[in-house]
Amino acid sequence: MKTLLEVHDLKMHFPLKSEKWFSKEKPVLKAVDGVSFSVRKGETLGLVGESGCGKSTTGRAILKLLESTAGQIIFKGEDITHYKGEKLRKLRRQMQLIFQDPYASLNPRKTIASIITEPMKIFGIPKEERRKKLDQLLDVVGLNASHKQRYPHEFSGGQRQRIGIARSLALEPELVICDEPVSALDVSIQAQVINLMEDLQQEFDLTYIFIAHDLSVVHHISDRVAVMYLGELVEIGEANEVYQQPQHPYTQALLSAVPEATPDREKERILLKGDLPSPQNPPAGCKFHTRCPLAEEICRVKKPELKRVSEDGQMAACHFAKEVVAAAPV
Amino acid sequence: MAFQPEPVQEPASMLAPEKQAMKARKMWVDSLLRIMKSKTSFIGLLIIALLLITALFAPLIASHDPAAQSIVDRYQPPSGKHILGTDELGRDIFSRIVYGTRISIQIGLIAVGISLIIGVLLGGIAGYFGRWIDQVIMRIIDIMMAFPSILLAIALVAVLGPSLRNAMIAVGIVGIPQFARIVRGAVLSVKETEYIEAARAIGAKDGRILGQHVLPNCLAPIIVQATLSIGTAILDAAGLSFLGLGAQPPSPEWGAMLSDGRAALQTAPWVITFPGIAIFLVVLGFNLFGDGLRDALDPRLKQ
Repeated sequence: MKTLLEVHDLKMHFPLKSEKWFSKEKPVLKAVDGVSFSVRKGETLGLVGESGCGKSTTGRAILKLLESTAGQIIFKGEDITHYKGEKLRKLRRQMQLIFQDPYASLNPRKTIASIITEPMKIFGIPKEERRKKLDQLLDVVGLNASHKQRYPHEFSGGQRQRIGIARSLALEPELVICDEPVSALDVSIQAQVINLMEDLQQEFDLTYIFIAHDLSVVHHISDRVAVMYLGELVEIGEANEVYQQPQHPYTQALLSAVPEATPDREKERILLKGDLPSPQNPPAGCKFHTRCPLAEEICRVKKPELKRVSEDGQMAACHFAKEVVAAAPV
Repeated sequence: MAFQPEPVQEPASMLAPEKQAMKARKMWVDSLLRIMKSKTSFIGLLIIALLLITALFAPLIASHDPAAQSIVDRYQPPSGKHILGTDELGRDIFSRIVYGTRISIQIGLIAVGISLIIGVLLGGIAGYFGRWIDQVIMRIIDIMMAFPSILLAIALVAVLGPSLRNAMIAVGIVGIPQFARIVRGAVLSVKETEYIEAARAIGAKDGRILGQHVLPNCLAPIIVQATLSIGTAILDAAGLSFLGLGAQPPSPEWGAMLSDGRAALQTAPWVITFPGIAIFLVVLGFNLFGDGLRDALDPRLKQ
């Protein structure tokens, strides 16, 4: 499979206001601190982690809605890290975003028709074609075409999310970054929207980066899963492998918290101690050591690198994960 | 206390289409009803309506030609022939006030129009682009606000020359800071919303985002400010005219009428009393209505 997107050592640091006057050192918040991964065409990469771990920031940096501090973003073989102005606008056609909150992401003063056709208008697609495409999109996402002159407030959460999806598909993008697209929805509607997104992936040959904190949703939709903790990747690999043999203690703890459908089954719940440390002042060494049940001296001092832990390319950043030398390059 | 289940709100999808359309219309009707419900803003609306009707049908309402002089009839107290009396040139005060409504409305709309267009533009740009543009624009606005508004208006008219047109321009310029500040504040909050990010994500240019997405969502405070400003603009312009810097005689502008009548304050108080009441009523009307509008459009005040 072809690689669609590569992210190398992406860093996203936000400068903070200094508390002391005239102090030279400027505090920064390291929302994303050296994340690397690649996404293959047609796959779904799930990006999971606690809130505040930098998942959404990573997504927005890839879309260039935020200017990354360092690192490289390569889309279809082209380095887009420093794209600006017109070049960046052209790029937007190929990458789109689906938002978390379907209530906040639609302009309340525009009709559904103008919300969905706006991207096409911006890129100069003629009116006749826009109208045709609008009906087609409404049909595809399962909305009634007779509703197109209505305003967002007249729709329910699930319907609004469908409107948002239709808008992001209007330009026929290749990569869609889904920023917690179902976490604001009722559970009964979540499944509908997830299924819709899977159908759309098939139909339009889409590549998804699926950001979420709900692990069961991510397992369902993802081909591969990446786990983030405090702005860093701690584990990445094929979804089944990561879910069945998590190598990083953080992943293990996360997975142990997923409710089971069969409550009789014996399961050990790993409870993490303490809170998520502040990304303003992350712990030295392995960032997870303050909460890790396995932590030893080395974890406080040395930062673990992402290393290969399985034949299939699963990688984890933990000193205690067993390293596996790849038999053949993937 | 017995447990009372909250009424479950039907999701829009469950409603029949006609019902949904009704819901949309209801939102506007609701706002209007809320304005009407408050007695004070209803009185404001009534005064404004009266003013508009008077301006529109001035020739039918006025009993005399507002410019017709009659030296024999000068300083006549209110009577059957001249309901509000006559001034120092024997002109009918009632008729002059009736024609004066036209000038007042003109002043209100044009001066506020100037403040609105320039203020919204400046405030929008400052709020949306931020950084140094914001600093430069807002510091200029701060300087404008440091002057007492009437003093600044006098200075402007002194430069431009006294006339009604220049008074309107001066009053309009003086009103810019109010709009710029309100719009900047509204833009700052709207531009952080997700639908603005969504607009950027689909490749919209800044001008489009500002004009199509940001400003339309800042309308409520702009409308309120415009309504309240009309009253202030009329008052300011009357002040300039009183000082001889605005409307020139024989124009039946209310401020100018006050100025003309002040010599006879002791002997013929009606000459300045009635134009004064007219100014007071109109400003009161716009203020009451503006306050009502603010309450009606503020989503936080919905029950």
